[in-house]
Amino acid sequence: MNIYLNGKVIHVADSTTLTELLLEMDYSGKRIAVEINQEIIPRSEHNTHRLKSDDRVEVVHAIGGG
Amino acid sequence: MSTVAAETKKTEQANQVQDKLIIAGKSYGSRLLVGTGKYKDMAQTQKAIEASGAEIVTVAIRRTNIGQNPDEPNLLDVISPEDYTLLPNTAGCYTADDAVRTCRLARELLDGHDLVKLEVLGDEKTLFPDVIQTLQAAETLIKDGFKVMVYTNDDPLVAKQLEEMGCVAVMPLAAPIGSGLGIRNPHNIRFILEDANVPILVDAGVGTASDAAIAMELGCDGILMNTAIAAARDPVLMASAMKKGVAAGREAFLAGRMQARRYASASSPIEGTFTS
Repeated sequence: MNIYLNGKVIHVADSTTLTELLLEMDYSGKRIAVEINQEIIPRSEHNTHRLKSDDRVEVVHAIGGG
Repeated sequence: MSTVAAETKKTEQANQVQDKLIIAGKSYGSRLLVGTGKYKDMAQTQKAIEASGAEIVTVAIRRTNIGQNPDEPNLLDVISPEDYTLLPNTAGCYTADDAVRTCRLARELLDGHDLVKLEVLGDEKTLFPDVIQTLQAAETLIKDGFKVMVYTNDDPLVAKQLEEMGCVAVMPLAAPIGSGLGIRNPHNIRFILEDANVPILVDAGVGTASDAAIAMELGCDGILMNTAIAAARDPVLMASAMKKGVAAGREAFLAGRMQARRYASASSPIEGTFTS
């Protein structure tokens, strides 16, 4: 199935968990936050949350700003 | 150390102990808050923030770059939440909804941290705030348990309204963001200060250390700045200058300036002169 990750279409296996996606994208252990379809997925639920087709996943971090 | 020097040091320490900036119940020794944008690299960011003496430091929340530079240093490794009070901002948001969404992501990112800098912009050229969207976002965020420090224009009525809604600090601009034009309307800042029951911080517009001192002499509780430091020829040195400008302005405010007068007033006694 396809999902949108930070606006880009990517292909992932069916019923991939959020943790698996983040691992694949090299984000495990990084300071990030995730929302899917504009709902925040708390870190404690990454392991159990399964992605669905056409999910819009946003992964954000802190950068320099005023 | 001489007795006088020791006394001076003691007085300075006593002043520092007593004169704290209190925001949302937490007290801070520094009245200078700084941003982390526009620096050359992470090393310069770190050095400038250290030199500024700031304890509250703003950060922006943005999408990660998928697959790019996975080993790039993370800002939070340099400006650690253990060492600084992080103040995530909503810079770049033009609607209340986007600002609220950004704050919620920031809270998740920073493990429940609920102090945020709200700014909802209305115009790209001036970066002036959209006050209506700002008020809406503030209301939602406060209901949602956030402690909101809010960027606004220098309108005293709006500043009061934001205070009454429950914002923990109100931060009027002194001039457009990143302009370095200094304190353009000290009269409005004074109106806001006269009526305030929460800390009032100048956010945006300061260009150099004397601007910072002027804002503090007006009685502002603190100053938030970024470009004035980051865009200086030597940002680390300017950070140190700003620290002193803010501290000097604060002490001058507390000391209470002399009354200005049109004519001279001799500093040495007239009595006892022996020349003709």
